[in-house]
Amino acid sequence: MTTTKPFSATGNQMVAEAMRQADPDVMAAYPITPQTTIVENYAKYVANGLVNTEFVTVESEHSAMSACVGAAAAGARVATATASQGLALMWEELFIAAGMRLPIVMANANRALSAPINIHGDHSDVMGARDTGWILMFAETAQEAYDNTVISFPIAEHPDVQLPVMTTLDGFITSHAMERCVMEDDETVAKFVGEYTPVNGLLTSTEPIGAGMFANGDSYMKSRLMLRRAIQESLPIIERVGKAWAAECGRPFDLVDAWECDDAELVVVVLGSAAGNVRHIARQLRAEGKKVGVVRPRVYRPFPVQQIVEACKSAKAVAIMDRADSIGGQYGPLAVDVMSALYAAGKNVPMHNYIFGLGGNDLTNELVSQVFGDLEKLAAGTLATGGLSYLGMQEAEGAQNEWLA
Amino acid sequence: MKMPDLATFEDWAPEDFPKGYICQAGTSKEYITGGWRSMRPVWDPEACTNCMMCWIVCPDTSILVADEKMTGIDYDHCKGCGVCVHECRFGALEFIREDEAEVA
Repeated sequence: MTTTKPFSATGNQMVAEAMRQADPDVMAAYPITPQTTIVENYAKYVANGLVNTEFVTVESEHSAMSACVGAAAAGARVATATASQGLALMWEELFIAAGMRLPIVMANANRALSAPINIHGDHSDVMGARDTGWILMFAETAQEAYDNTVISFPIAEHPDVQLPVMTTLDGFITSHAMERCVMEDDETVAKFVGEYTPVNGLLTSTEPIGAGMFANGDSYMKSRLMLRRAIQESLPIIERVGKAWAAECGRPFDLVDAWECDDAELVVVVLGSAAGNVRHIARQLRAEGKKVGVVRPRVYRPFPVQQIVEACKSAKAVAIMDRADSIGGQYGPLAVDVMSALYAAGKNVPMHNYIFGLGGNDLTNELVSQVFGDLEKLAAGTLATGGLSYLGMQEAEGAQNEWLA
Repeated sequence: MKMPDLATFEDWAPEDFPKGYICQAGTSKEYITGGWRSMRPVWDPEACTNCMMCWIVCPDTSILVADEKMTGIDYDHCKGCGVCVHECRFGALEFIREDEAEVA
């Protein structure tokens, strides 16, 4: 095993490198900002003969995922990448890929959805794929985008999983910013990822089979139950594969990155790149003796319920920061998941939900400090629990009354 | 790979289903969709010239043919769309209501 010398690369370059090393049989993709450089780089690998991939240029993302579904059903290792409106256009096929148990690997450079039109980073796109049956991973850094992409292939293709995996990185913040990165050599990744042997490939099966069949109520519902179980039971497999890669490359893997959570009384839960900003302030507060912690789920679907509950075990107040809103619902998507997990575990502490960073809006140090300031008030009982506020635009105070009045 | 037995699979436990709801090939033949029909085409062999236009346009391959000659209509799968009747230039196909059809 050889790790390269550190070099500077964008998240998109790192994802493209990981995909090159996994050498999928088929890639069908359509360009969309901020994902474009992933498939642009990959197209160069194809043109230069560095991979054995059939690159299918399609007329839309709807066709891209349709081609991926067809190729994966045939028994091929398949990868693609998209973002924002492209992921939205794929929505129909996302359910088909998961329902047919096709181990497609897709990178998503998280970006806002129109309208108003906006090309910058937030989680509105990927949260639309939340309930499709795809495994969802959020990278904090370009390095993690690489590692998540490498492990996506053996996770997706594991015979007990057989599910599509979406490995996401925050648009521009992670997809385009240069970071210090390393990568493992091609041989190590090829060995780790392994040869793909499809369980039920249409072209590899010894007997004729039908895929994408019609199912009436009874068998449809049983089939959906099996999908729910499959993604739930994939959690320990994701952890096992992630830990195996961590042992190989020396970089840590945890389903949930729980920073200083053992004794943390004021806890912030946040996905993706924003965790770095939050830890930056949390470090300063720790130096002042404040018991603060930061919880970052690296795997979001299946939702790591036990690990979230464990990370919040000492919490006296919890702030959940959502980079997407569930407009018309009481809370943002991450808040609903965290609150449900804690409630079901009997953990009843004051909580507040912040919507931040939509359309790439900056998460400044001042805003993060405001969240920790509110957490102190929540824990002390001077700020009522159960509110939602747009960070930097609405005061947390009084926000809860909008729904409960 | 275990394949669903169409006669019994409603009694199957969820875990008995192959992952991704894979089935043996050709199962649509076992699924009798003719019951969806409210109108049916009726074939007149005397008027038929075996031009095969109905065979080409039928979306459910329900025009039965043997030795390049039409032999009848597969009422187990004909959904009564009426395209064959519309396209027939020789008056060999009539379109009648199901409740007026003779019980076969």
